[in-house]
Amino acid sequence: MSKVNALLQGTLDWVDARFPLTSNWKAHLSEYYAPKNFNFWYFFGSLAMLVLVIQIVTGIFLTMHYKPDAALNASGVPVAFASVEYIMRDVSWGWLIRYMHSTGASAFFVVVYLHMFRGLLYGSYRKPRELIWLFGIGIFLCLMGEAFFGYLLPWGQMSFWGAQVIVNLFSAIPLIGEDLSIWLRGDYVVGDATLNRFFAFHVIAMPLVLVGLVGAHIIALHEVGSNNPDGVEIKKKKDANGVPLDGIPFHPYYTVKDIVGVIVFLMVFSVIVFFMPEGGGYFLEYNNFDPADPLKTPPHIAPVWYFTPYYSLLRAVTYPLFGIDAKFWGVVAMGAGTLIFAFLPWLDRSPVKSIRYRGTMTKVLLAIWIVGFFILGFLGTKDPAYKFFGAIPGAPVAQLLSVYYFLFFLTMPIWSSLDRCQPEPGRVTMK
Amino acid sequence: MSCNENVDCGRRRLLVATAAAGGVAGVAAAVPFVASMLPSERAKAAGAPVEVDISKLAPGQMMTVEWRGKPVWIINRTKEMLDGLAKIADQLADPKSDKKMQPDYARNETRSIKPEILVAVGICTHLGCSPTDKFKTGADSGIDPNWPGGFICPCHGSTFDLAGRVYKSKPAPDNLEIPPHMYLGDAKLVIGEDKKA
Repeated sequence: MSKVNALLQGTLDWVDARFPLTSNWKAHLSEYYAPKNFNFWYFFGSLAMLVLVIQIVTGIFLTMHYKPDAALNASGVPVAFASVEYIMRDVSWGWLIRYMHSTGASAFFVVVYLHMFRGLLYGSYRKPRELIWLFGIGIFLCLMGEAFFGYLLPWGQMSFWGAQVIVNLFSAIPLIGEDLSIWLRGDYVVGDATLNRFFAFHVIAMPLVLVGLVGAHIIALHEVGSNNPDGVEIKKKKDANGVPLDGIPFHPYYTVKDIVGVIVFLMVFSVIVFFMPEGGGYFLEYNNFDPADPLKTPPHIAPVWYFTPYYSLLRAVTYPLFGIDAKFWGVVAMGAGTLIFAFLPWLDRSPVKSIRYRGTMTKVLLAIWIVGFFILGFLGTKDPAYKFFGAIPGAPVAQLLSVYYFLFFLTMPIWSSLDRCQPEPGRVTMK
Repeated sequence: MSCNENVDCGRRRLLVATAAAGGVAGVAAAVPFVASMLPSERAKAAGAPVEVDISKLAPGQMMTVEWRGKPVWIINRTKEMLDGLAKIADQLADPKSDKKMQPDYARNETRSIKPEILVAVGICTHLGCSPTDKFKTGADSGIDPNWPGGFICPCHGSTFDLAGRVYKSKPAPDNLEIPPHMYLGDAKLVIGEDKKA
């Protein structure tokens, strides 16, 4: 046995002399000390990585059969649409791979939204973690681009009209808008040129940027160390060996903990993939089972659920300002709604990081914001004329909540510094 | 640039000039890639005019034809429909068609060459969805008890009247576009061309 060990050790030494394998293993896993008080909310970072892997692997196999071609085939069906049906019906296990990919898209947003909410709860974006947060915002934007480009590929009615609306958003920009949207489409209408380039963006350009940003996100995290539910810095209290007193090695402690999260996640994921892949029309929209028809918009169009809060912000703006159309300001509201998260590290002036030690005002304002975000998301899936219980019109509610959405952030420097916080503990607590 | 005995200023200048020239070359190299995304010659060449026979289009009916990949509506408006146009002028954003969304020959009360025949690009001027026709008037329309008939966009709820004019305080900024068109005889319409044949 010792001979085998010696051989293995010799191999490792040979590699280490040529590549920093052991030192990287230590820096990122066995001697990366993470706070010992991680709770439920800390599952979603590793789950996001898992979903990224699922999407990349299923995506590679889907490209083996998918054809980004808007021309009509001999039966009068667009080739792209027909190739997705072919994957679903004729390719061995194609339905499973495709449902994993389509469910994976929604799962990605679920775990990323929960991961971001964790950041909001515990102030994970605060100094010294601003860059981790900014890389994260980059990942979020990339993910939205990836979802948008990918959604055109099945070339169904929702694919077509969704892309039509979003590309036209750019035409709202004064002066250059019209040319910009033609450049993006590669044609005067959404067509074959658009489908081909969206395929290129979806399968190579965006994934490369995404993987790069994920790398930067983790390198930045491992440089400054993880935050925790108490929002206190574990690096302030170290033992004689320089190991944080409240830190435990990521491997094996958190690798094992994360495996529990992975198993629970995969159980839920499997139930959706096998029993409800359409997610009641929220994960796969029914209108998208009709091939794209450039002459007819479906009677009700809405984006997939993960875009609907921003879509509500877009719809909420209905009057012109400073002599520029409402359309432009709607686009500005939508863009600002996604980008405003990036300013959080500088908007939040609270003396403490974690929600545990922040005052009632923060808790109430954040709770209202979250409820508002859900209601905006709900209204975004509905017709503009929707009424709650058939009586309360949705449009003014969306406008009111849109104003709150932005006021929450814009007034944060004031209320976050005024709020009456409790003192932070010196070390992490195990609640 | 600070020069002292440790910095060779000549070499530093050369370095800066090289980096600047390299940067310019890098930007120049991006031009073909960016330009490759513009509409190709083939895409530009597409978009020939379309000929339509409207002899079978009864009053109150609408048909849709494809021109440059977009839906173009042809509506044969009844007398009641035309009479209704003037009554709602105060609810419209641009009732007199002041903005250039139509050729000059369609800049009139009915936004058309022949009063009853409306030819319009069926693409909402907000974000490009195709509005749905709602010709039923009043409460039957499900829109408004005073609805005089027109179009509603399924995407963001913009409404248009039967001359493609947009209502006030709606996301769409402009009236629907009237494409260049002309008649070759009574029942033959050409869309996409308006030179005298």
